[in-house]
Amino acid sequence: MTRRAAICAVAQTIFERDKWFQRVQGMGWEVVESLIKSTGLDFSEDRGIKQVVTVSDDVFDARTISDSAMTDAVGAHYRCEEKVSQDGAQAVSYALAVVLSGHQDVVMIVGHCKESQGQSRNMVTHLAFDPFFTRPVGLDYLAAAGLQARAYMDKSRVTPEQLAEVVVRSRGNAAKNPKLESLPPVTAGEVLASPMLADPIREFMACPVTDGAIGLIIASEERARELTDKPVWITGVGCCYDSFFLGDRDLAGNFPLRRAAQSAYRMAGIENAATQVDLVELSDPYAYQLPMWAEGLGLCEDGGGGAWLAGGGPDKARVNLSGGGLAGTPMILGGLTRVAEAALQLRGEAGQRQAKGVRRAAAHGVTGPAGQLQTVVILER
Amino acid sequence: MARNRNVGIIGIGQTRHSSHREDVNQPEMIHEAVALALEDAGMTRDDIDCVVHGNMELFEMVHQPDMWHVIGDGAYGKPGYRLTTGGTTGATLVCAADTLVASGLYDVVLAVGFEKLQEGHTTGGITNMADPLWGRELQTGALTGMAAAAVIEEFGAERAKHAAMKMRVIMDRHAMLNPNAHRQFGFTEDMIPTMVENVPPLVGELRLVHMCSQSDGACAMIFASEDVAKKRCPNPAWMMDHVTVHREETFNLFGNVEEITTMRYAATKLYERNGITDPLRQIDVFEMYDPSSWWGLDWIREFFLLDGDRHLRMVENEEIGMDGLIPINPSGGVVATNPIGATAMIRVAEAALQVRGAAGAHQVKKEVNLALASGFGGTLWTVLVLLSKNPPVLKEERP
Repeated sequence: MTRRAAICAVAQTIFERDKWFQRVQGMGWEVVESLIKSTGLDFSEDRGIKQVVTVSDDVFDARTISDSAMTDAVGAHYRCEEKVSQDGAQAVSYALAVVLSGHQDVVMIVGHCKESQGQSRNMVTHLAFDPFFTRPVGLDYLAAAGLQARAYMDKSRVTPEQLAEVVVRSRGNAAKNPKLESLPPVTAGEVLASPMLADPIREFMACPVTDGAIGLIIASEERARELTDKPVWITGVGCCYDSFFLGDRDLAGNFPLRRAAQSAYRMAGIENAATQVDLVELSDPYAYQLPMWAEGLGLCEDGGGGAWLAGGGPDKARVNLSGGGLAGTPMILGGLTRVAEAALQLRGEAGQRQAKGVRRAAAHGVTGPAGQLQTVVILER
Repeated sequence: MARNRNVGIIGIGQTRHSSHREDVNQPEMIHEAVALALEDAGMTRDDIDCVVHGNMELFEMVHQPDMWHVIGDGAYGKPGYRLTTGGTTGATLVCAADTLVASGLYDVVLAVGFEKLQEGHTTGGITNMADPLWGRELQTGALTGMAAAAVIEEFGAERAKHAAMKMRVIMDRHAMLNPNAHRQFGFTEDMIPTMVENVPPLVGELRLVHMCSQSDGACAMIFASEDVAKKRCPNPAWMMDHVTVHREETFNLFGNVEEITTMRYAATKLYERNGITDPLRQIDVFEMYDPSSWWGLDWIREFFLLDGDRHLRMVENEEIGMDGLIPINPSGGVVATNPIGATAMIRVAEAALQVRGAAGAHQVKKEVNLALASGFGGTLWTVLVLLSKNPPVLKEERP
């Protein structure tokens, strides 16, 4: 690969339960304003931002062409704007491709979602199921996650008590993250006593409904040197789909994540993620996914998630020091937020949650029922 | 456009388009197009490195449909991207596939656009794009009499109405030659005076036959790096350039800003970058996203940077016909066939077929070296794609 691309700026609104006071355009503009301020970029034809990649979802926004609402807020009037309708980590891969293709040298990513607008997140994700077989039995992403959680916990000997500790840890880490509306600290006992949503997933083991917007500036090597003195290089990307019907899949098997990680690691020259990656931000909207995706990313061995948790794996591998998905991230912005967090760590700008000596980080995103599409992004300083 | 490496179109597949593809479900319909594209490229699923997928979710009300559709597009075990930009989606998928191959991340990318409009409510779906506070009470889907009113105001009712209907008749004549076209009426020249008066109006002078159809259908295209394309395909159509131009959503609400259409803006940029000084002569065929015959008529002037009534004369004198100076929509265009998420991709696919000399009965007579395709969507957004018979010469340049 002759060309390189770097993240040059990160911006995020506060992620909170209900931004009743702000429309999506207002959230987006907050992010855009910060990005152009910190880089000095504008939208001029010569050296400005000429391509914007947005992340949003028509069904969550209850609006056809959800990006049409954002055109002026993201500076795309008479410019190129393309919407990635997946987890936001895919937008990072796509923006990397835009720079590597030579078509553009600066790309702005802006993602938004107001999960609070819908009556229920489950009503949205229910619509992802086919109308013939799986929709009639009432599946949604939460129910699919419940099936996967049970299969995975059996396989990797993960107990509900361990998952309760995952939640306690997430809320502890999130308390150091000023970009999140705070969730009350909980004890393991309170987690285990919270209402059952989709057996074995309890309310506190699932990410709360969240509103927010987040964005990045990604630029070619030449432009990155002008825009920042702390470029964060995107050195590996990988993604992979599993099959669709849950019965056709090994739900506890991590097939798509292994494959996505393999591509990203190969591109970044990583042979052993457990020793060669300094920090991991993974998308865990459900507690069981922290150990499960850790297996898929190769942080511990296949089936070893229970033992990894018992041995303090998450802290040793520095996984989700931000609080992760459980602390409240709009689902479609999960991977984008993880990339942004990892970039802040690599820039040394993670405040109270800053880890020492982070030179290389992995960020992870997930879309679809029971992790059907997995994305891995490797970042280095 | 600066590019890291060249990208060729080596496989094209389209379903039969119709108002009711009740014989297939969504992944089955997509599979039809994908299987044809693979066959065209002499490839199997194993040769595909990445799949790009798009449509408009609120038409069928399937959230993240790429999940279910892995069954039809073959993305299982592969990377894939989903990009959506409304009506321009199909063209955006082409730009994305070009970007992904040119980047060097993937050598062979399959792009799939589809819509099964029968399963939803198209006009309701489109109305839902308007701002819930400012515009939704006013919007009538994609139906608008504004273009008709503007052309009539400028050129007089009789001439304008005749030219728009003539445009429609020429498109139908082309559609009659295209076995995949959804609507084939068999209109003839002598029917125009009657049609101008008697076709039921939808909004103002926008009449039923002027408006694009609601279709079910899918289109698939395979894009490959120069190495692979040259090895696997005797006659790839090469990606020269593409320009995407969006605009804010309020349609210049207060009318206080001098504006240039996104069509003219995109065309100006594209021609400048590619040394096109006389587009009517340098471009050999144009596949235009014509959502209605009024818009189609009006936009000829914008896309070719013309003045005055040149565009009307082009239609009146049949310069846009199969044997004309610049054949427009040999496929029959969008007024004939409109599975929305596929529509803009079909424009590029049809332009590529013309470049490859593989369009069959609707192949234009002259040799095609340069072909132009347009996408339309959102709030009057434009995507323009330029294809060439010969791969562009790569040079070191800044984006």
